[in-house]
Amino acid sequence: MKAPDFNYQRPASLSAALQLLHDNDQDAQLLAGGQSLMPMLHLRIAQPDMLIDLNRIDELATIDAGDAHIEIGSMVRYAQLEASEQIKTCLPLICSALPHIAHSAIRNRGTIGGSAALADPAAEMPALLIASNASINLVSTKASRVVSADDFFTGLYETALQPGEIIKSISIPKPGNNSVFGFYEITRRHGDYAMAGVAISAQQQSPLHKMRVVFFGVAEKPLRAHNCEQALENGTANDSGAIDLAIKSLEQLPLMGDQHTGVDSKRHLAGVALKRALQELH
Amino acid sequence: MNHAQQVDIELIVNHEKINCRVPVRVNLVDFLRNELGLTGSHVGCEQGVCGACTVEVDGTMVRGCLMLAAQADGSTVNTIEGFAESGRAGHLQQAFATHNALQCGFCTPGMLASALEYLEQGGVADRAAIRQHISGNYCRCTGYQAIVDAIEEVAGQTETTDGQ
Ligand SMILES: Cc1cc2nc3c(=O)[nH]c(=O)nc-3n(C[C@H](O)[C@H](O)[C@H](O)COP(=O)(O)OP(=O)(O)OC[C@H]3O[C@@H](n4cnc5c(N)ncnc54)[C@H](O)[C@@H]3O)c2cc1C
Ligand code: FES
Ligand code: FES
Repeated sequence: MKAPDFNYQRPASLSAALQLLHDNDQDAQLLAGGQSLMPMLHLRIAQPDMLIDLNRIDELATIDAGDAHIEIGSMVRYAQLEASEQIKTCLPLICSALPHIAHSAIRNRGTIGGSAALADPAAEMPALLIASNASINLVSTKASRVVSADDFFTGLYETALQPGEIIKSISIPKPGNNSVFGFYEITRRHGDYAMAGVAISAQQQSPLHKMRVVFFGVAEKPLRAHNCEQALENGTANDSGAIDLAIKSLEQLPLMGDQHTGVDSKRHLAGVALKRALQELH
Repeated sequence: MNHAQQVDIELIVNHEKINCRVPVRVNLVDFLRNELGLTGSHVGCEQGVCGACTVEVDGTMVRGCLMLAAQADGSTVNTIEGFAESGRAGHLQQAFATHNALQCGFCTPGMLASALEYLEQGGVADRAAIRQHISGNYCRCTGYQAIVDAIEEVAGQTETTDGQ
């Protein structure tokens, strides 16, 4: 099918985009990389009266490294992250996961802000942001506010975004020198959405300390597994007793199946992903 | 709402300057095919999944079905017709023919675009890396083996030339 008719606006500044969104809120939708929204238009799942194209707003497309944080503009594309030396040196977790997000041509357009706003439960980026203890910077014509990634993803394709708000940027704290990371996903084919996956960060490797273990593709939203973290805390990444306890703790998580994979298989695959991610912790 | 909004766009397609008025809802690959007659890029799924519509916009390969023509205003676009004419994909086209890397040819323009991106980014003759790079392009005929053979051969040639 072809996209329905809409009014197309291409503001050159964030303030102009916010004004357009404010004036047309019920009927307007933001267009970022279009790698999810364009298929939704073609399928007529989305039928906005107005598309506000963010692609010409340069101020949203920068990566700024401060002393303690890296601030990534919402319109920064996956390919731009992959090519960034700052991301390579400062954010190894994000860096190692990027090649697993979709395919090269999709990564050339898709944006970090678009992925966060969409909140696809099988997407990598929301889980990576939680595992990285990121904050989402939101703006509207009236105010700006910061929401932690922990609180931002509220449900199936649901986020804390309020009407009239745009994701301006995402701040990720620079990890300490002793921090280690793990990422593993199970897919049918490279680049597909994960059947199950996990993103892990720990402030220290031996013993493991202050972990964030976040599963994706297994529930209605990315899930931080606190019990799993507790089971692993103060152990090592190859402590089989602790790993068994961590996997057992997955039984308490509110997992959800999808059209391809039932909930029991999801739980099993989540355990496999966890084990493998721990083996590759670095 | 303003029905059937149209915008004027100016872009360069295969080295030729184009000025056109397009309805805003028209996507880039439909524009290239239907307005400019560049039917080398194919339309399969219109959901970004098959890769048949892959074209180059401002130096990066993108899905032609997931961009509006209006968004290409001011851009430089190259399609398979451009790659063929300029000789940029000549070695790949030759290798695809030699290895029988196409049957019906529906996937071929997109496959060549992705393969070209792989090679131009310095991709080497590593079958796993090649498969990973073309993982977003569907082929329903060849079973991929011959396509990987063809890309591997050209990557190998490039490596040897570089080494000399
Ligand atoms: C074939 C294919 C395979 C894919 N595989 C994967 C995969 O394996 N993993 C994965 O994670 N993703 C995958 N994707 C999706 C891809 O990552 C998308 O790029 C991403 O989900 C959305 O980002 P976008 O920039 O394209 O956003 P868009 O599609 O432009 O927008 C998505 C939504 O977010 C809203 N939005 C966008 N930007 C903002 C903002 N700044 N503030 C507020 N709201 C905003 C839009 O209004 C829209 O509702 C795939 C896509 C395709 C076509
Ligand atoms: S038609 Fe664009 S990816 Fe299939
Ligand atoms: S040759 Fe027929 S789809 Fe690839």
